[in-house]
Amino acid sequence: MVAVAAAALLGACGGGDKQALTIYSGREEEIVAPLFAKFTAATGIEVQVRYGDSAELAASIAEEGENSPADVFFAQDPGSLGAVRNLLAPLPPATLDRIDAGFRDAEGRWVGTSGRARVIVYNTDRLQEADVPDTVAALTDPAWKGRVGVAPTNASFQAFVTGMRLALGDAAARAWLTALRANGVKTYEKNAPIVEAVAAGEIDIGLVNHYYVPLVKAEQPDAPIANRFLRAGDPGALVSVAGAGVLATSGQAEDATAFVGWLLSDEGQRFYVDEAAETEYPLVAGIPAKAGLRPLAEMRGPAVDLTSFGPELSRTVELLRETGFLT
Amino acid sequence: MSARARRPPVALAAAAAVVVALALLPIVYLVLRAADDRFVDIVTEARTWRLVANTVLLALGVVLASLAVAVPTAFLVTRTDLPGRRIWGAAAGLPLVIPSYVAALALLGMAGERGILADALGTDRLPDITGYTGALIALTLSTHPYVYLLTAAAFRGIDPSLAEAARGLGVGPYRRFLRVTFPAIRPAAGLGSLLVALYVLSDFGVVSLMRYDTLTQAIFLQYRSLFDRTPAAVLGLVLVGLTVIAVVAEQRLRGRGRLSRSGPGVQRQAPVIPLGRWRIPAIAWCATVAGAFCVMPLAALVVWLVRGVLNDRTIAIPWSEAADSLTASGLAAVVAVLAALPIAFLANRYPSRPAAVLQRTAYLGNALPGIAIALSLVFFAANYLPALYQTLAVLVFAYVVRFLPQALAGAESAIAQVDPRLEEASRGLGRSGFETLRRVTVPLARPGLVAGGALVFLSAMKELPATLLLRPIGFDTLATEIWKQTQVAAYSRASVPALLLIGLSAPVLWLVARDARLTSSPEG
Repeated sequence: MVAVAAAALLGACGGGDKQALTIYSGREEEIVAPLFAKFTAATGIEVQVRYGDSAELAASIAEEGENSPADVFFAQDPGSLGAVRNLLAPLPPATLDRIDAGFRDAEGRWVGTSGRARVIVYNTDRLQEADVPDTVAALTDPAWKGRVGVAPTNASFQAFVTGMRLALGDAAARAWLTALRANGVKTYEKNAPIVEAVAAGEIDIGLVNHYYVPLVKAEQPDAPIANRFLRAGDPGALVSVAGAGVLATSGQAEDATAFVGWLLSDEGQRFYVDEAAETEYPLVAGIPAKAGLRPLAEMRGPAVDLTSFGPELSRTVELLRETGFLT
Repeated sequence: MSARARRPPVALAAAAAVVVALALLPIVYLVLRAADDRFVDIVTEARTWRLVANTVLLALGVVLASLAVAVPTAFLVTRTDLPGRRIWGAAAGLPLVIPSYVAALALLGMAGERGILADALGTDRLPDITGYTGALIALTLSTHPYVYLLTAAAFRGIDPSLAEAARGLGVGPYRRFLRVTFPAIRPAAGLGSLLVALYVLSDFGVVSLMRYDTLTQAIFLQYRSLFDRTPAAVLGLVLVGLTVIAVVAEQRLRGRGRLSRSGPGVQRQAPVIPLGRWRIPAIAWCATVAGAFCVMPLAALVVWLVRGVLNDRTIAIPWSEAADSLTASGLAAVVAVLAALPIAFLANRYPSRPAAVLQRTAYLGNALPGIAIALSLVFFAANYLPALYQTLAVLVFAYVVRFLPQALAGAESAIAQVDPRLEEASRGLGRSGFETLRRVTVPLARPGLVAGGALVFLSAMKELPATLLLRPIGFDTLATEIWKQTQVAAYSRASVPALLLIGLSAPVLWLVARDARLTSSPEG
């Protein structure tokens, strides 16, 4: 609290000096706090960060409307960014052009800043990598009865189902979900508990985002877990992004835009390779991902537009309700 | 009877009305957001009613389980010669200071299919407890202390002369229990059950971890994955409807039991009941409750902490977070008691239908999920009081709105126990109404007021959803610290703020537990 008061005083006494940039971060403090520190060191722009759940922060921004104190929204998923895209200002082409068009909003209101792949996590005591399916279609096979975990309330699982719907059609997605449920799939709250359940041997495999293995290993170094990447072109091989946008109501649009631009600078992108506690993909071409990750270029999941996820999500949730995954 | 004829002072009535109006802000917000063409469709949807059924089943289950666990324990601890009464009593109250999300995590870590218990027992896997069972156990663990604390106080407060009179009239022990003891604890058990039910209605952490779908879980899902505020608001109003039913049901069940002491007098202890051959089963019962509901979650936290230390995790003690938690929760406790006073005083000293309605209305927002309360205050503060938005003031206000009924529970019974004749005497000596309240009523009602404030404090220490959205930037509490660590699966690091939260809350819990007067006669 002392620090807050001091920061407020400094801000107030600074007079002509710049105010700190206010960032609403749905990304975990444990992971991105060092990134913010690097930004301040590189640019001299101070930041103050409100951490929370991405979707709840998006709801907050929507309720605040024109009075939002936020300058930047840094979110876990395209869904949260899409929910407030009307309140975001278009980003400059120099920033947008740093990444593939598939990783940003169609009108350039937000950009992806790091990538996360859907993978199958497996228990290495019980399975060899070759035994683990590299296609989600195999998860409905009786061989996997009662051995698979998913997180139906989680945004990343819902994004994956959306990708599958858009790639294969609603009927195929429904058939897959129905068969998965008939196959005794177990459900969890979110990704991390799935990885932990796999580590504990409660289940043998689970559908998750790729970067949870190092987080769980930090807590349990001997956890017998590893990722199996899905084959190129598989409807489950979705690559989604965490991303950022600048609020149209920001009083510090210049610094805010500089921040988002810096996230896509070589320095901002190398953070995910050299420093981050987990292992996300940098999105800027020419910066290779950490060793052990399948290169982004080889992933080629379902060709879906991340921007379309927002409107498609309600149909996905309906499908999950119809197939009994959600009430 | 003279009190019934009197009109309340305008200032008092106005103060009570303002407090209730402010407490209803979240509901006003929900009505604004729910005013939409889809309202009727959503309310009449089969899915909504499945969620209502799930929610009611869980709330009833947890209430019954809490009564089954807490009432016998309270009886044994307060009325019998059970060995180790103080320890069993402390163990029965302590789970109140453990955040329910942490308790549910601990339950899964311990008794999950492949948890610590399965390991210790050498079995391949235990039965899966997720779903209704797990939610029921974890929520009973977290909320049964409400029933325990209130009924233990009621057992202590029973006027022994009533039982003696019954005995003198030749009434046997079982009928004495039914006719004298049961009616005496019924108001306390009812109020405790209401607090339990409201907690269950508003809980998100446990049900989402246990994968049991309730209205609150569906409301969070609407915000989190669909970004659609209308259905969330409609479901929130359905939740308010359930709260009305719970509040009215409690009022009815409380009945007309008026077994208060005949006079304030010197408190005489009821005679201790010798357990005789029931001693061993009684100890076994208390040990089972304490083991499952108190030792188990604490043991899981310690196991995580030890695992972290063994794995060389850097583990820091979050002192500044502790200071922020204490500041915000302490302020909330004081403000909530001040806010509850006029309502409780009005309802008790100037009883009338409007006053009773006002008093019960103050409970309505209590079952709303924290996220709905948080977003309502985001909306009102950001747009109408921008200077206060994201300051400590609005955070404290949110805690008061969320937990006002707990302060009221303490204030109502405390004020009921102050003899109005003392206030009349003060007025007769020329003191003003306010002066009388300050110099006579509040000092005499202090233990109950403190107990109510302590309950608010304990709840605020654990609060997460409103804290996340409304705190000043950089204001981190122990609850947000636990959240931050569990988000990245770092349970060993989360165990430190969790243990600190429990350690700092426990002495405050004692303030609640030692106050025997809390609800011994809510009807005055």
